[in-house]
Amino acid sequence: MRIPCPICGERDRREFYYQGDALALHRPDPDAGDAAWNDYIHNRDNPAGVIRDLWHHEAGCSHWLVVTRNTVTHEVLGAELACKVKGEQG
Amino acid sequence: MLKLVAKSPAEGLVPISVGTMELSEVVPAAITSIACYKGQADTLSAALKEHYGMALPKTGQATGRAGARAMWAGPSVFLVGPEPHADLSNHAAIVDQSDSWCVLNLKGADVEAVLARLSSVDMRSKAMKKGQVVRSQLQHMNAIYHRVSDDSFDIYAFRSMAKTMVHDIDRAMRYIATRA
Repeated sequence: MRIPCPICGERDRREFYYQGDALALHRPDPDAGDAAWNDYIHNRDNPAGVIRDLWHHEAGCSHWLVVTRNTVTHEVLGAELACKVKGEQG
Repeated sequence: MLKLVAKSPAEGLVPISVGTMELSEVVPAAITSIACYKGQADTLSAALKEHYGMALPKTGQATGRAGARAMWAGPSVFLVGPEPHADLSNHAAIVDQSDSWCVLNLKGADVEAVLARLSSVDMRSKAMKKGQVVRSQLQHMNAIYHRVSDDSFDIYAFRSMAKTMVHDIDRAMRYIATRA
């Protein structure tokens, strides 16, 4: 499995650390209420198909990436910088 | 007064010569992490030019020359060699990393073959030119590779892992020499 890092180019999976669903980027407002926070902290979809996950390019540029991949075909569809997804400067 | 004797990270471990290859230590006077503040890249680059005559390196690049380099190192840039000028802290977060890294120079005709045994990244000349920098792994630990010439690379790994680093490179050199 190879991940196309926007900074380093295509790299071996061993250089990356897997974090989990990219939902983690969408932190609710502090006053959003228990239901929203419960969802954010505990509830994740487990789709057979396309999923967006956070990966850390630990042995590379040290950037966090949002990697889109398919859990059925194992196809890696793309990767973008998490800071860009959040609209922050890279 | 007690006089302490400074030891370099790879003291007593190198130099090593195997076949066409030579592994030796590079001991920069200082290594400093320079993490540019938001929107300050241009002013930081100007400051580096003013004080050291080199620009802020782009992703995967190094600027300067032996003894005074600025090397891309992921989110920050490493100033390798000179002490950081106080002015730099106006544009970036400055952290001393001098004692954190072991820097080895790997030189010889078979350098690309040896590196192919240490990292999964293609560092042959068609993929990586002089002055380019790659962050990847050296066997199982993180490392930075900087191509300083056609047949030599500076390799940075954690000082605490210096012995492992020398062992892994030494073994790779021996495999290549044995096959020759």
